[in-house]
Amino acid sequence: MAFADLFRKKASGDVAKSRLMFVLSADRAGCTPEVIENIKNDIIEVLSRYVEIDKDGLDIKVNHSDTESSNGGPSLYANIPIKGMRRK
Amino acid sequence: MGEVIVITSGKGGVGKTTTTANVGTGLAKLDKKVVLIDTDIGLRNLDVVMGLENRIVYNLVDVIEGSCRIKQALIKDKRYPNLYLLPSAQTKDKTSVNPEQMKKLCEELKEEFDYILMDCPAGIEQGFHNAIAGADRALVVTTPEVSAVRDADRIIGLLEANEMKQTHLIVNRLRMDMVKRGDMMSSEDVVEILAIDLIGVVPDDENIVVSTNQGEPLVGSDTLAGKAYMNICHRIIGEEVPYLDLTEKKGLFSRLFGKK
Repeated sequence: MAFADLFRKKASGDVAKSRLMFVLSADRAGCTPEVIENIKNDIIEVLSRYVEIDKDGLDIKVNHSDTESSNGGPSLYANIPIKGMRRK
Repeated sequence: MGEVIVITSGKGGVGKTTTTANVGTGLAKLDKKVVLIDTDIGLRNLDVVMGLENRIVYNLVDVIEGSCRIKQALIKDKRYPNLYLLPSAQTKDKTSVNPEQMKKLCEELKEEFDYILMDCPAGIEQGFHNAIAGADRALVVTTPEVSAVRDADRIIGLLEANEMKQTHLIVNRLRMDMVKRGDMMSSEDVVEILAIDLIGVVPDDENIVVSTNQGEPLVGSDTLAGKAYMNICHRIIGEEVPYLDLTEKKGLFSRLFGKK
């Protein structure tokens, strides 16, 4: 490891905290990575009937944070870039 | 009328039994009448941590099954006038007892004692449900590690689902030197993640090992852990106590000659 890396490395305590925040949001929502993966695949399947999706730019996750629309419960966040409409 | 407090964590090995022993002994030192109940059936441990392992005649399962009266099974700790232990059974398993029976036992003990402390087994199965059944409040013990905090979060969810009236957090085995250099989550981090009220922070202290070896809880002694546990006891009885500075005090020698 280069000397400069010592200063660049993120403190492991912070790594632990952010990893925990992420895993707990899934735990609390009762939403495992497998379920998310299934939801993602189903969304892709349905949307692909109508539009062309950028599968690499896809971002789907479950948040537990208090957003205005979620009323304190978990919310599903999905960012799906569309390449173009599918011609019938 | 007494209060039943369950000490729980989800994950094993984070210090439930040590916490039960020290908080119970500390409350007895504050002149409260206390009984400690080891609810970990099959994996009896609170007796050795308390140094009372040679005095067991009857146990929790005997009381539940009606093979003896409660009074016969309670071991009086001779070092304190108001401290008793109800040991667990070593040869039975968790299904020998059910939550309804535990609730009834708690109700009876509440007539006699100020505080009834339940040492909960690890896990979220029947042993956990037995331990929380009669409890009025819960102390969730965790260490600042990802596995322990994750399990604590699960436990807090289960306590909420079981309508626990009051739940407080104890962050155990904190190492200030590691927190300072960023290699351990701080108690503030853990509180932020778990979002429940803190009731104590106990430092990682070698004296705990020594005290467990000897079977004498160190609460109230002139050690960092001893003071931290005593502070928890004061907070349990409703007093406000400031949090300790857990930064290790260096001796004269290391202050003079040691590295910074």
